[in-house]
Order: sequence, then C-alpha cells, then structure tokens
Amino acid sequence: MSAAAAGGSALGAARAVFARDLTRAWRRRSEILQPLVFFAITVYLFPLAIGPSEQTLRVLLPSICWVAVLLSMSLTLPEVFAADHADGSLELLALSPQPLALLALMKAGAHWLTSAAPLLVLGGLLCALFGLDAVTLRALLLGLLLGSPVLSLIGALASALTVGLRGGTLLLALITLPMYIPVLIFGTSAARNAALGLPVEAEMFLLSGLSVLALTLTPWATAAALRARLG
Amino acid sequence: MFDRFHKYASPPYFHAFARRLSPWLFGLSAVLFVVGLVGGLVLAPADYQQGDSFRIIYIHVPSAWLSMFVYMVMASAGAVGLIWKVKMGDIIARACAPLGASFTFLALATGSLWGKPMWGTWWVWDARLTSELILLFLYLGYLALQSAIEDRRAAARAGAVLAIVGVVNIPIIHYSVEWWSTLHQGPTVTKFDTPSIATSMLIPLLAMTLAFKTLFAAVLLVRTRCEILEFEQHTTWVRELTLGAESR
Amino acid sequence: MKSLQEFLAMGGYAAYVWSSYALAAVVLAWNVVQALRREKQVLRTLAARARNRKDAT
Repeated sequence: MSAAAAGGSALGAARAVFARDLTRAWRRRSEILQPLVFFAITVYLFPLAIGPSEQTLRVLLPSICWVAVLLSMSLTLPEVFAADHADGSLELLALSPQPLALLALMKAGAHWLTSAAPLLVLGGLLCALFGLDAVTLRALLLGLLLGSPVLSLIGALASALTVGLRGGTLLLALITLPMYIPVLIFGTSAARNAALGLPVEAEMFLLSGLSVLALTLTPWATAAALRARLG
Repeated sequence: MFDRFHKYASPPYFHAFARRLSPWLFGLSAVLFVVGLVGGLVLAPADYQQGDSFRIIYIHVPSAWLSMFVYMVMASAGAVGLIWKVKMGDIIARACAPLGASFTFLALATGSLWGKPMWGTWWVWDARLTSELILLFLYLGYLALQSAIEDRRAAARAGAVLAIVGVVNIPIIHYSVEWWSTLHQGPTVTKFDTPSIATSMLIPLLAMTLAFKTLFAAVLLVRTRCEILEFEQHTTWVRELTLGAESR
Repeated sequence: MKSLQEFLAMGGYAAYVWSSYALAAVVLAWNVVQALRREKQVLRTLAARARNRKDAT
C-alpha cells in the first residue's frame, strides 16, 4: 500500500486511503450511476403519484428531492467499508499506527465526493426541469451542500457498525435514517421559507453547525465502531 | 469505598445480588402502583380545563421520563463496557433496550390518546414528539444491531457506540419545549421553581413515576440475570448454577 | 364521591383514558412475563447443555 511508500506519515496514509477509494470508484464508474438512476426513479414516482396538479408538485419538489437524496445515500453507504472488509484490508487499516479516525474521515470524504456530490448535481437539474423557481432552487441546493457532509459522516459511522453483516443494507438504513431527520427538517424548512420569500440564514447556520459537529465527532465514533466490530 | 462497588462488576456476584433484590423491587413497585392509581384515578380532582382526560398524565409522563432515563442508563452502561471493558456494562446495556423501547412506545401512544381529545389531532410534527419518535427508532436500531451481530461482546460494543452517539437526542427531547414554540405542554415539574401543578395531582404522579422506575429496575435485574447466564454460559459457575437450579 | 358509572365514564373521555391504562397494563405486564419466562427457558436450556456435557465426559 502506498501508505508505506509515503513514509508512514498520517497525512500520507490519509491521502492514500482517499485516493484508493476514488480510484476504486472510478474503476467501477457504472456503479456510480446506479444510485443516480435510483434517485431519478424515486423523484419521478412522485409526479406520477400526485397526479396532474403541477402546483402541488412544485410545492413538494424540494422535500421530494431531500427524501430521495437520503434514500439514495443510504443505499450507497454499505460500500464505504464493505470492499475493504471483504478483502481484509480493513483489519490492516485498523491495526496500522495511523490514526483510524483520520482514515475514517477520508473514507467518508471519498463517499461524499462519489455519492453525495453527483446526487446534488442531478437533484438540482431535475428540480430545475420540473420548474422549481430560482430562489427556492438556490436554497435547496445550498441546504443540500451544507447538510450533505453530515449525511456522509453519519452514514460512514453506521456503515462501520454494520459492516459485513447479513442484511446489512436494510439495517444500515434503519439506523441511519432516524439520525438524518434533523438535517432533513432544517433543509426542507429552508426551501419552504425561501419559497415564501422568508430569510433562510437560520437554517443554513444550523445545517453548517451540524456539519461541523459531525466533522469533529463522528470520525472518532466511526473508529470506535470499527474497533468494536473488528476487535 | 471503590471496593464496595467493584464487586458488582463480577457477573456471578451481580447475578446473586439481582436474585436477592428483584422480588423486593417487584413488591415495592406493586405498592407504589396501588398508591399512584388510587391517587390518580380516584382521589385527584378532575382538571378545570381538561376534565378527566388529564388522568392519562399518570401513564404518559412516567413513560416519557423513563424512556429518557432508561436510554441514559443504556448509554452509560454501554460506555462503561466500551471504555473500561467492564463486562457488566455490556450486559446491563443489552438488558435495558427492550424496556426502553417499550416505555418510548407507551409515551408516544398515550400521548396520541391524550392529544386527540385535547388538541383534536392524533399527531403533530413538533420538536418534542419528533425527537421522541427518533428515540424510538434509536432503540429499534439498537435492538436490530444487537440481533444482527452474533458475537455478544462485539454486538454490545457496537451498540454502545450507537447508543452514545444517540445521547444528543435526549437533551433535545427535554429542552425542545423551551427552545421551540410548540403545541406540547411546557415543563411543569422539572423547572427550577415551585411546580405549577396542584399537590393532589402531583403526589400520584410522583408515585406512578417511582412505580414505573422500580418496576423497570426489577425487570432489568431479571433480564440482566438472563444476559449474564448467556454471556457466561461456558463458565463453571454457570454450569453448576443451572444444574443446581434444575435439581431443585 | 363519584358513582362507579361516573368513574368508568371518565367525563366522556372513557375511550381515551381507559385505552391508555389498558395499553400500559399490557406493555408492562408483557415485559415482566417475558423476562421471567425467558429466565426459566435459559436456565432449562443451559442445564440441558451442562447435563449433556457431563454425560459425555
């Protein structure tokens, strides 16, 4: 592993883990598309379910987008640690002298880049396509941008807790989605307020605060979860 | 002084201790239930605004308090097991979970049954109800995680991580009625002031809360005994205990 | 003092009040019974296992 080549420094290991995850995702490009397709299908289900009322759809669109993002992300979360667990490199990472919390953080970051970021782009495109106005769209995307790190970070924690378990994906969703609820509430509240012409600073600050909190606390929890499962 | 508590970390000692204590707690709980039920259903006068429907408080409030209290016990025991590697911590945490989930469910259900006649709706999406619902999902996630991992100690440690992370939800539940304007009633007992509830209504409430708490402790001790036996099933003392129990 | 009928009627809220108390009784009783029954079951199972081990040696 290139961690050894980097002289065994923590940053070197972090960079190596990050790069390895990105390379692996790039090699399986088609698998990046699958959650995007799932996202699109989920979003498209709603106009079909709601019926011809365009007004209702436009009002609900930001919320639909948020829920679809949450569901799509919980489907991609098992991969954060599954591949490493399967080939045994997860145990090596846990045993390495590098801080496990930092490596967990890098894995969450790679997940964000390969899963959350594409979803945000596609979500924005779909919402614009369905006629969402610019002000609401901006609030929606900003909220997603500020809140999505939390989703990847908490998701990585849940992924560590459930790595290698039979039926792990469902269990992971069961654990993760309740913890996503505050982010969902603030994000959709921001979009709703923007549609009414109200200020959205409060929600944006709350989402940023949640992201910072998750950024500082979840890596250690994820490392503890990995040690609990692997120990 | 530390030695006095240290022996409880030993599973065989705790098992014997739990065996001795739980009958007393069941008895105490029964007495407290009688006091609380008579006081709450018969003696306390009907509320000026809510009439007799307010009597649901004697189930709803103890359940809600216990749902949070049990979670803190579960998370603390889990932390003790995770950080200091004390096996009894893992065991007690596992034993707490179904009880906590039951209390949370009861709090939500009786809350709905109280809300329908009072607010006109079975449910409202305010901060307290939402965070209590999240608490129920946390318990269920914890239980699902425990049953999915076969190695009991690994399961307990993973559960402890989950439980500790979820602790942030508890202050949110408690302070939500102060931080956000909400339909749910504000604090009437636990604020730092004289309680704004009549004494004749308060006494049964305290009795019912203690009744719930002692019942929780009694059932927890029974469940802990089971968990100890399952955790330690390969040890000599368990083998001798079960053979001895059978021959009785 | 209220009559029994008044007591059961709970000022018109009987359905809500008594459902709550009944639900509580069921949930709490289930917890107690399930715990005690499980203990009996665990003792039985472990005793059988211990006996088998003793017979086998």
